[in-house]
Amino acid sequence: MPEFDYRQKAWSAGLIVLFFVAWELFCLMTGMSDLVLPRPSQVFVTLFEKFPILWPHILQTLATTMIGFVLGVGLGVVLGAVIGVSKTAYDTAYPLLVGFSSIPKVAVVPIFVLWFGSGTVPAVLTALSICFFPIVVNIATGLATTEPELEDVLKALGASKLDILWNVGLPRTMPFFFASLKVAISYAFVGAVLSETVASNRGIGNVMMTASSNFNVPLVFAGLFVLAGLGVALYVIFSAIEGRVTGWATRKNDMIAT
Amino acid sequence: MMRMQPHSEFQGSPVPASAAPIAIELSEASVTFGRGPRAVPALSTTTLRIADGEFVALVGPSGCGKSTILRLVSGLVQPTSGVVIVGGREVAARALRVGMAFQNPTMLPWMTIERNIMLPLKIVEPFRSQFRKLRKSEFRDKANALLEQVGLKGFGNRYPWQLSGGMLQRANLCRALIHEPRMLLLDEPFGALDQFTREELWSILQDLWIAHKPTVLLVTHDLREAAFLGSRICVMSARPGRILDDSRVTFERPRTVAMTFEPDFVALNQKLRAFIEDARTASKDASAAQGAA
Repeated sequence: MPEFDYRQKAWSAGLIVLFFVAWELFCLMTGMSDLVLPRPSQVFVTLFEKFPILWPHILQTLATTMIGFVLGVGLGVVLGAVIGVSKTAYDTAYPLLVGFSSIPKVAVVPIFVLWFGSGTVPAVLTALSICFFPIVVNIATGLATTEPELEDVLKALGASKLDILWNVGLPRTMPFFFASLKVAISYAFVGAVLSETVASNRGIGNVMMTASSNFNVPLVFAGLFVLAGLGVALYVIFSAIEGRVTGWATRKNDMIAT
Repeated sequence: MMRMQPHSEFQGSPVPASAAPIAIELSEASVTFGRGPRAVPALSTTTLRIADGEFVALVGPSGCGKSTILRLVSGLVQPTSGVVIVGGREVAARALRVGMAFQNPTMLPWMTIERNIMLPLKIVEPFRSQFRKLRKSEFRDKANALLEQVGLKGFGNRYPWQLSGGMLQRANLCRALIHEPRMLLLDEPFGALDQFTREELWSILQDLWIAHKPTVLLVTHDLREAAFLGSRICVMSARPGRILDDSRVTFERPRTVAMTFEPDFVALNQKLRAFIEDARTASKDASAAQGAA
């Protein structure tokens, strides 16, 4: 288990506080209009006052993100397993996957809207399509790099492909998988908000869009703060799960026995 | 005192001396990888019989097909021609209860040593179906008994990265033996270890063999190791390999490291060395002649 380093955490918290203080001072000293860049204190006040209005939108964004994420993970694991088990499949499918992942997802949202109308469905699909790629790649890589000697040892015992996948392949991919989950959850979040911004009447993305057209800049920034907070929270949750499940992969070197 | 009775047959077909049933039989087996002009012959037509409970060491220049024989016997490779019979049955795609160990111990890093050793029990019947029920008690005792035999008592609940290379290789031997295989296939298992650890593990392997009496096929490039451990030593030629010499080693067991410095032992070593030297020169001459042509 990684140790909880208080000194490190204190530095991180200090940097965040310093960032907001600098921002606040910068606005006060330059007399910046809050239509351009509101002070963080204004943003926090707005956030506090508008929280009852924001709450359903937060839930909406969280829900679309999580649905898209879960579906993306499911799809990613299955595709990654199929590709990772066979080298031929890996080499064959890779160009297509890279091509697909290179498409900017903003460009795909209008297509989803065309097919499914605006609202929740395109947001979920955008989240899914943006987050499944890192999972496919990591699962496939994890499976493809199983030691051949170990496979031979098990095959000589009469192990089936499925036995090897279950006992060796999948546990081996866990560190890769969780590393990709942390990336994927942030991606899913970006995807959901992106789609809400373009085509939805609900969600944080939509709130920010509406606020910006009303020149309610503090509310736009309040939306940003909410997104940043949610992103960090989800990342922390998945990091914690990762640490529990795959602690063996991030061991400390000083624990080697004599 | 120890005595050596070289029972050598040059290029003849090797025959086991004891009356024990045949455990492994290669009849005119050959292996070629690939097809057509890019085919690589890995093993020339080879005939080899190994009796049940024998300890056979395979030595030869590198790349001579020693490992190919091992893979043939374990069923990982099919012979291009000829027949391979193991335990009275032709080796098909489905291998039988064979224990294998390679130079790389390949312990799974997310499992304790004990659970790593128990891995074959999850795969091989009849243990497989009992695994859920027994793993806490009987199987664990079994794993720990083996660990004790190789001097790793109390290390069962450590993780692989907490152990040294020599300790991992001992655990590797345990994993190869946990399912009570009748046959143990070892591919340069001590190749990556330092001299002292290696000699220590020779004795451990010898003790395990005396205790369990499996048929052992050991591939090695260390001639002292072959002479220390083997009841029989097969010398192979350079690629494509074939068996040049098949000698019986009759030093008393248990053998000790001190014995490896006695004149008889050294003489055997030198004889083996000469064979491999010849094989190497022959293959160099052959390729030089080919190059000139």
